[in-house]
Amino acid sequence: MDTAQPSSVSSQTITFRIWRQDGPGGESHYDEFRIPYHKGANVVSCLMEIQRNPVTVQGKKVAPVVWDAACLEEVCGSCAMNINGRVRMACSALIDKLEQPITLEPLKKFPVIRDLTVNRDRMFEALKRVKAWIPVDGTHNLGPGPRQSPKDHATMYVLSTCITCGSCLEACPQVTLDNHFVGAAAISQARLFNMNPTGKLNAEERTRALMGPGGVQDCGKAQNCVKVCPKEIPLTSSIAAMNREVTKLVIKDLFFKDEESKGHSGPG
Amino acid sequence: MAAAARFTVVGGGLAGLMTTIKLAEAGHQVDVLSVVPVKRSHSVCAQGGINGAVNTKGEGDHPDIHVMDTLRGGDFLAEQVSVKGMCYAAPGVIYMLDRMGVTFNRTSEGLLDFRRFGGTLHHRTAFAGATTGQQLLYALDEQVRRYEAEGKVTKYEFWEWLGTVKDESGRCIGSVALDLRTMEIRTFPAEAVCLATGGPGIVFGRSTNSIINTGTAAGRAYLEGAIYANGEFIQVHPTSIPGEDKLRLMSESVRGEGGRVWVPRKKADPRSPKDIPESERWYFLEEKYPKYKNLVPRDVATREIFTVCRDLGLGIGGRDGVYLDVTHIPAKTLDAKIKGVMEIYEKFVGDDPRNTPMVIFPGMHYSMGGLYVSFEADPRTLTPAEGSPKNQATNIPGLYAAGEADYAFHGANRLGANSLLSCIYSGMIGGPAMAAYAKNNAQSAAAKSDKYFNDAKKYWDERFADLKKMSGPENPYQIAKELGDVMTENCTVVRYNDRLKKTIEKVRELKDRWKNVNVLDTGNVANRSLSYTNQVWNMLELGEVIATSALLRDESRGAHYKPDFSLPEPKTKDPREDAGWMELWKKRHEKWAKTTMAKHAPEGPQISYEDVPTPVLAPEPRWYA
Repeated sequence: MDTAQPSSVSSQTITFRIWRQDGPGGESHYDEFRIPYHKGANVVSCLMEIQRNPVTVQGKKVAPVVWDAACLEEVCGSCAMNINGRVRMACSALIDKLEQPITLEPLKKFPVIRDLTVNRDRMFEALKRVKAWIPVDGTHNLGPGPRQSPKDHATMYVLSTCITCGSCLEACPQVTLDNHFVGAAAISQARLFNMNPTGKLNAEERTRALMGPGGVQDCGKAQNCVKVCPKEIPLTSSIAAMNREVTKLVIKDLFFKDEESKGHSGPG
Repeated sequence: MAAAARFTVVGGGLAGLMTTIKLAEAGHQVDVLSVVPVKRSHSVCAQGGINGAVNTKGEGDHPDIHVMDTLRGGDFLAEQVSVKGMCYAAPGVIYMLDRMGVTFNRTSEGLLDFRRFGGTLHHRTAFAGATTGQQLLYALDEQVRRYEAEGKVTKYEFWEWLGTVKDESGRCIGSVALDLRTMEIRTFPAEAVCLATGGPGIVFGRSTNSIINTGTAAGRAYLEGAIYANGEFIQVHPTSIPGEDKLRLMSESVRGEGGRVWVPRKKADPRSPKDIPESERWYFLEEKYPKYKNLVPRDVATREIFTVCRDLGLGIGGRDGVYLDVTHIPAKTLDAKIKGVMEIYEKFVGDDPRNTPMVIFPGMHYSMGGLYVSFEADPRTLTPAEGSPKNQATNIPGLYAAGEADYAFHGANRLGANSLLSCIYSGMIGGPAMAAYAKNNAQSAAAKSDKYFNDAKKYWDERFADLKKMSGPENPYQIAKELGDVMTENCTVVRYNDRLKKTIEKVRELKDRWKNVNVLDTGNVANRSLSYTNQVWNMLELGEVIATSALLRDESRGAHYKPDFSLPEPKTKDPREDAGWMELWKKRHEKWAKTTMAKHAPEGPQISYEDVPTPVLAPEPRWYA
């Protein structure tokens, strides 16, 4: 298709150095590939090109590179990887803006499954830990939810665009392969659901989940997360907000034990 | 069988998750299989919104008008009972999502806000910024995670559905699936299985779909005897951004918010768009469709843009592309309402659409066709009877389909913001239908002989062992690319029979070449090209169904446009006033107002037709002028 968005092939080439690893904990090495330059190309379109002809610069036929991708619109969260040493989404990494050779490596804070694909289950587990949901009373027709001001909506909307890509964990010095820090994404989701008018009813449960080991207090305030977030979510504000919630709860636990035991019998 | 039963839902998009929630809510156990973590499903991509006639703007909107718009938009090929059920359920669906915490936009009063979309004159579309699909998917994902935490749902992510397990009577009693990380193949017994696996976008190579949308599961179900209906109806989105790796969607909401489509009046005008004065611009949609203007339905907009570029040679710079201009709208308004869309263009093209008109062109977007499913009408309401096991059921007993993978809700063309609704609604009635089916079965699938499961597993173990040995000269990704190229060229906007015949020949050639592929990878971990090689065969099968269905339908209807078989333009503005034309229309309608039913046979798809019952609304010509 001859489209007005130019996509002409030129005589230029693009060189990639790609991390290869056959399986979890396996040996690793780099393969180098050279492919023709297309205007408008991004890292994913180049990986696709390599799939169609997986031959290294040395002329060796190798298995196609394994990586995760789905939407290619920076909304599914699949294709986060280290590109020239920096975590970002491969779909929006335009070749014209990258220095060559382009080095592709898997995220380092998650176990490698193969090549550039990693296991990010810990992120979804963290969402369970903080109960990142509204416990609705069934899907039957119970009418609309409570009113929300456009202002609250604006704040919550931004938080609701988190794509669970793992960039924030990758950039965080407190997250390691063998610890259980929940990370900025889950903390920010806890804030989102605590803000929601119905979610508020269970706010304490979520806040409590962020107390103790692996919780919000493990944050070292390096502020790397907010810098790498592809959706520009104010993660450090979320961490600060949840920190305040946790502190309030700690104080409450210290001084207001009696109040708590009265349960939810209501006023009077 | 016992009250709580085990079911399998394949696919974790809106349709799959809603089906899962309905089953889990009724106390059942659900295995959810998905090729990606469900939160990364393609539903996440929908930008615009979800329809529901709530009439909060005092326009007199009503579910009946929504029904009419949908049936008319689909040129009377949609399954009417299911459409009526969907439109009547829509306000409740939106309220349910609101309760689940979807960050829908609000009015100043704090109520849900609604916007206008293509194919309607009402503010009927609830939206969450420009990422409604994402917010809806997350809401359902969160509810399913809650059930997962309670132990009612087990997620199998990075698992690919390979096929059914059937008993001696042909009833589906489970599935065979492949772990894409360890390459283990195992069976999943189930009282019923729902395929909510999305559309076949990647059969067209580059499309607005996620690259996981290969249609492989539907293709395999078709090979196993499921009927694939209305395969020829492929919606090409009028406004996508052409890209190297894919086409990126430019939401209809851009036009809903006032975006204007135009080209320079002068052929291959070399000036930058800002230097072209108003009088030298051709706003062709506004001129031709004064009532709907830039919000004509998708097929109309698509064809007009295609004609302007290909037939009149008036595309920008003489190439494929027209301007979609929002530069007259204040940046503040754009950011408030469609910031996400603006950012996509900026990020992937490099220009800021707030200052520079965007360049767009139609791109493959949605399949109205899919697995044939049935419905049982409640005679009183003419909507799907609550809890009938017939709803969303394919012709294979025990196998259900929902979402874009089914054929029912959109007919010949889908209206914007109806897809999120149809996905959720089909899940809402599909889950209870599966439970009812299981309850009516004399023998539970779990009690069936192990033999069926062992045989099915053996078949797939052997098939994958054979695939792994393939070491011919062909590359499976290259075969898929050639399939995509030929399908996009001949099977999207404008269709000619000679080209469709060539397309079918090409697909058959590719099938032959597939037999000589090199599977490229002999690894035992995450061997994606092994699974992809298997998928490519299913994609070729679907490509053949789509092209054959298109070849045999000699008319123009909705998204399926054949210039050689189109009716002439009516002589009057309202075609109903042109008696001669109405005669022609009636004749055509009687012949072709039918569902295309494709059944697999070794020699190629066997096409038959089924009348579309019209208990809800009598067909009439479709016009928007």
